[in-house]
Amino acid sequence: MAVETTTRAKLRWGVLDVVVVVFALVPVLWIASLSFKTPATLTDGKFWPREWTLENYRTIFDTDQFVRALINSIGIALIATAIAVVLGTMAAYAISRLDFPGKKLLVGVSLLIAMFPQVSLVSPLFEIERQLGLFDTWPGLILPYITFALPLAIYTLSAFFKQIPWDLEKAAKMDGATQGQAFRRVIAPLAAPGVFTTAILVFIFCWNDFLFAITLTSTERSRTVPVALQFFTGESQFEDPTGAICAAAVVITVPIILFVLFFQRRIVSGLTSGAVKG
Amino acid sequence: MSVNATPAGAEAAAEAEQPTGKHAAVPAQRARRGAGAPLSDNKRAERRLGWLLCAPAALVMVLVTAYPILYSVWLSLQRFDLRFPDERQFVGLENYVTVLTNDFWWTAFGVTMLITVVTVAVELVLGMGLALIMHRTLVGRGIVRTAALIPYGIVTVVAAFSWRYAWTPGTGYLANLFDGSAPLTERASSLAIIMLAEIWKTTPFMALLLMAGLALVPEDLLKAASTDGATAWQRFTKVMLPVMKPAILVALLFRTLDAFRVFDNIFVLTNGGNETSSVSMLAYNNLIRGLNLGIGSTMSVLIFITVAIIAFVFVKLFGTAAPGSDDGERR
Repeated sequence: MAVETTTRAKLRWGVLDVVVVVFALVPVLWIASLSFKTPATLTDGKFWPREWTLENYRTIFDTDQFVRALINSIGIALIATAIAVVLGTMAAYAISRLDFPGKKLLVGVSLLIAMFPQVSLVSPLFEIERQLGLFDTWPGLILPYITFALPLAIYTLSAFFKQIPWDLEKAAKMDGATQGQAFRRVIAPLAAPGVFTTAILVFIFCWNDFLFAITLTSTERSRTVPVALQFFTGESQFEDPTGAICAAAVVITVPIILFVLFFQRRIVSGLTSGAVKG
Repeated sequence: MSVNATPAGAEAAAEAEQPTGKHAAVPAQRARRGAGAPLSDNKRAERRLGWLLCAPAALVMVLVTAYPILYSVWLSLQRFDLRFPDERQFVGLENYVTVLTNDFWWTAFGVTMLITVVTVAVELVLGMGLALIMHRTLVGRGIVRTAALIPYGIVTVVAAFSWRYAWTPGTGYLANLFDGSAPLTERASSLAIIMLAEIWKTTPFMALLLMAGLALVPEDLLKAASTDGATAWQRFTKVMLPVMKPAILVALLFRTLDAFRVFDNIFVLTNGGNETSSVSMLAYNNLIRGLNLGIGSTMSVLIFITVAIIAFVFVKLFGTAAPGSDDGERR
């Protein structure tokens, strides 16, 4: 009898699981499927392609427009992530380890910025960056990305740092390790997973941004892929941009899916520890 | 797979231990400071290091948000159209009158409010369900958690294109289910699709925040309630919900503010056509397509004020404990 209930319960959970997985994956599979369709079958309305082709991928990698945008996306996201993680690590270390006046204020300010309506910055930043010559440049996008990634980085990292048994550092020094050795051999390996998780979350945030990218850029010089997708539409070089847009969309989705697949557990704990527990 | 549950659980346990230890330390510290005892060199060095480490992050955050928002207040008081730069002049609150008496603004405001309220409400229900599934499922917990993270990670614009093509007559598998009608050309159906896209994308985030709250529900309490004959629904409403209340409020606050900023999905799905613009779309249109910095900045300021009011209502009325605020007290 007990066995029967667990089997039934398992079945019930199994059905729910399937619903969730389908719900989550259908839109992704659909755009991937479109990207593999030939121009002739693109508008057949079928979920799966009847004829498979890589033509769309060849098209986008042949055009300067997409390749430039991809380079911009990768470069801008990587630089912003690196800077945000370094600054965030410094601040989070101070918040979780040191006692100094103004700590509460900093935590409060970063919370405010996490809730800040980004669109409110669009008009003033547009004008300020135009005056400073930052408009339509990499730094012009990197700066706002760092700003809005920092609260995320600070919260996630200080949650991680609070769990590190810092006494180990003392123990290592007692055993004769120098300050540097204690940090490199003991603390750094313990802190690394937190820093790495934060880097992934920040990267996803930068990679995802559309609002700043569309307002603070105007040419291929600094346009990122989410924005460049808009400009595929109506370009004469593509007869019908749908296939190309879908292929480009798949290309920028792949890294995110890989992150999620490999680091699912870390991403979950990073997101929740950062957002709920501070 | 049950290992998955431990990080959150362990954190909760660590978190529970921490306050007592730190609270005990606080009075002693305060007393020392209060007595006016000079700070030891060590203490001073610690302060200096703390400030030094935080300074770059604080500086960037303030420079890129505080200064521009003040600057946009200044811009909002001027007639300033980049197409007619010579006509730039100080006009006081005229821009605010223009915007606040404008039908487009109020339509966009209504659309934004509608999207915010509906999506957040639906997401709370779906997110709670998803959180329960991710937390309690007996099979395939890893798969469910991974799958649920995918919408969170996907670029919003990519997802929006997927929905757009799905509802495009001829091309889309969904449009064909409805006799090839063109739902993205009508207002009500466009809004419904925008909300669907928003809900799909952000429910996992809501679920993750709620799941962190679920991890705090003591398993013993659930077992005890079950032994006392509580039904599943009673266990949910009488045991789980009260414990989860802080997590729910934080999730609601974050999602409400985030939903109010809706932009990407509308941009791709309808481009604001058929009166589906949100306030963010409208501000963008005034700035980039209209090049009207004065009006654009006025909208920026109004959106900022609205978001501040929403946050204030959550914190004061509902007593949402902002994440990190307990952090301050513990110090």
